[in-house]
Amino acid sequence: MIRKHSLAIGVSLAVLAVGAAHAQANRAEVIHWWTSGGESAAIQEIANGYKAAGGTWVDSAIAGGEAARSAAINRIVGGNPSTAAQFNTSQQFLDIVKGGMLNNVDEVAKKNDWDKILPAPILKSIKIDGHFYAVPVNIHMPAWFWYSKAAFAKAGIAAEPKTPEEFFAALDKLKAAGITPVAFGGQPWQEKIVFDALLAHIGGADLYLKVYKGDQKAIASPEFKNVLASFRKLKGYTDAGSPNRNWNDATSMVISGKAGVQIMGDWAKGEFQAAKQTAGKEFGCFPGFGPKAPYIIAGDVFVFPKTSDAAAIKSQQLLATVMTSPATQVAFNNKKGSIPIRTDVDAKAMDICAQQGIAAMKDVSRQLPNSEMLVAPDITGALQDVVTKFWNTNQSVDDAVKAVGAAVKG
Amino acid sequence: MLPMLATVLFAYLGTVFWSVRVSVSSSRTLPSSDFVGLAQYTRLFASERWLLSLENVVVFGVIFIAACLVLGFLLAVFIDQKVAGEGVLRTVFLYPYAMSFVATGLIWQWVLNPELGIQSTVRALGFETFTFDWIATQDKVMYAIALAAVWQAAGLVMALMLAGLRGIDDSLWKAARIDGIPTWRVYMSIVLPMLGPSIGTAVVLLSVSVVKVYDVVVAMTQGGPGLASEVPGKFIMDNLFGRANIGLASAASTVLLLTVLALLAPWMYARARAARNGGHR
Repeated sequence: MIRKHSLAIGVSLAVLAVGAAHAQANRAEVIHWWTSGGESAAIQEIANGYKAAGGTWVDSAIAGGEAARSAAINRIVGGNPSTAAQFNTSQQFLDIVKGGMLNNVDEVAKKNDWDKILPAPILKSIKIDGHFYAVPVNIHMPAWFWYSKAAFAKAGIAAEPKTPEEFFAALDKLKAAGITPVAFGGQPWQEKIVFDALLAHIGGADLYLKVYKGDQKAIASPEFKNVLASFRKLKGYTDAGSPNRNWNDATSMVISGKAGVQIMGDWAKGEFQAAKQTAGKEFGCFPGFGPKAPYIIAGDVFVFPKTSDAAAIKSQQLLATVMTSPATQVAFNNKKGSIPIRTDVDAKAMDICAQQGIAAMKDVSRQLPNSEMLVAPDITGALQDVVTKFWNTNQSVDDAVKAVGAAVKG
Repeated sequence: MLPMLATVLFAYLGTVFWSVRVSVSSSRTLPSSDFVGLAQYTRLFASERWLLSLENVVVFGVIFIAACLVLGFLLAVFIDQKVAGEGVLRTVFLYPYAMSFVATGLIWQWVLNPELGIQSTVRALGFETFTFDWIATQDKVMYAIALAAVWQAAGLVMALMLAGLRGIDDSLWKAARIDGIPTWRVYMSIVLPMLGPSIGTAVVLLSVSVVKVYDVVVAMTQGGPGLASEVPGKFIMDNLFGRANIGLASAASTVLLLTVLALLAPWMYARARAARNGGHR
């Protein structure tokens, strides 16, 4: 009886081993949350690159960033991790790095000289205690200004505003022309994006960094109060339907010329493209006021859960190499609406907004990390609560200053 | 029996104990096994957002349960008048319940949007000052959400009540008619008390959906405008997934569990007493 059992176990183990060895020849199972049309077309470019390099791509798409991240973490904790998993370029994966649950990709990073080619804010996010724990794949800038050229023409606005004053003057002109000046999506995360945009573009990069480092003096300064007041002022340029509005519905107001400007990340470009509009023709874009405007850096990375299986490690390193190769970078980011993580790529194939972005990235002084890189997720959440309360109620600027001060302390 | 017992022990009680354990640790993204006492609870009740969510769920619960009961009862009485096309009407009234809360919420989000739905339609008809912007107004948004939820669940209450009404013997109606008692009086004084068990079932079902209300809020307002329509379920989900804060989320769910138990205990006690006294409820 016992013999029979052990034989059966032996046979099934052998079958498993053969199956595993066969399946794991550069097999990569990748968890990500890119499920919309443009997004899945983009990840397909990475998959194609991986297949061309001799790998087998196993797609594990999970709708919704939060759901995908918790699925990835659950599988790591449960001992059955995927080959790679998507996170944002932020502190989201700091806890699992500290928990010793990720493999590093130092070899790939060294071979490709990441220290040289990657922008500092991204390096800061992925290089922890001297090791590279994530592969960045794109740079999203969450604080672009998108505007309808037709609406600007109708309102008699000749040029893109170069200062905050010119910006508000333009909004006044739009209002006078009977156009909703600001297409605004009234959901807490969108309110936070617009707030961060004003903090960076009106308050300036220094103030932005100080506020997120929890500098109480900076938070109580007149400059920061001015940012809050401007944020409040912006509300006067939105319409009554803005509460609860989705970001893409707001974008379509700009597409149809019903609204003048939307402040939103470069993923909005996908909506314009889907509506068959071309950057520079029907709509315009500027990443802030003037040629020295800060360029906020956000984006996506892939992390590699810990495993000691040599074949799996090989797959992880191949994946890291493919994801950062210049050809994959251009193909992927063209479809994603973001810009490549390296500035040494051929930008001619990209549209004028992406080209502006790449140009901005070449000026190191313009690079600014996004708030999620600077503070932990629960502090980002607390700040989001403060911002949405200030936007939606008549809370005074002074009370909001106090609330921001308390929120950044955590 | 044994698999059932094992499921209860591990899947239900086990996870409850695990949550309580996590709620007294400093866990963030990953569960940790340290002990920080009631620190997470202190933080929870210092959170404006949590207190607001408790307040909101009470407002929502009272409106939702009361409106569902009244509306469901009236619909059932209406259908019970042997109206023509009863089958069709019954389906129409019960249909919303077959729809997911997410779909319900999205539809109502459009209907209530002041720029798209009812308000702009009525204004287009010439009533320029007509205002119906609950969903965009801080202090009325919970009513807007309750409205959508009532629309969805009233049909279920109707079905339960109708079953109760159909269970009432015709001879009772005949006797009442002979005595010359007005119909409304029969409903109020005789039928309604006899519907006790149906009402009890409806209240339990509705209360469950009040405690776990989440998807309709996410679909309609995402908790907005501002924090105005925050509910405990959403607070827990946000902290569990978005904010990498499972310690705080577990503390919140423990509080929610204790609240439900506190509400349930007197009811169970009353039932047990009634059963001992030989009553059937």
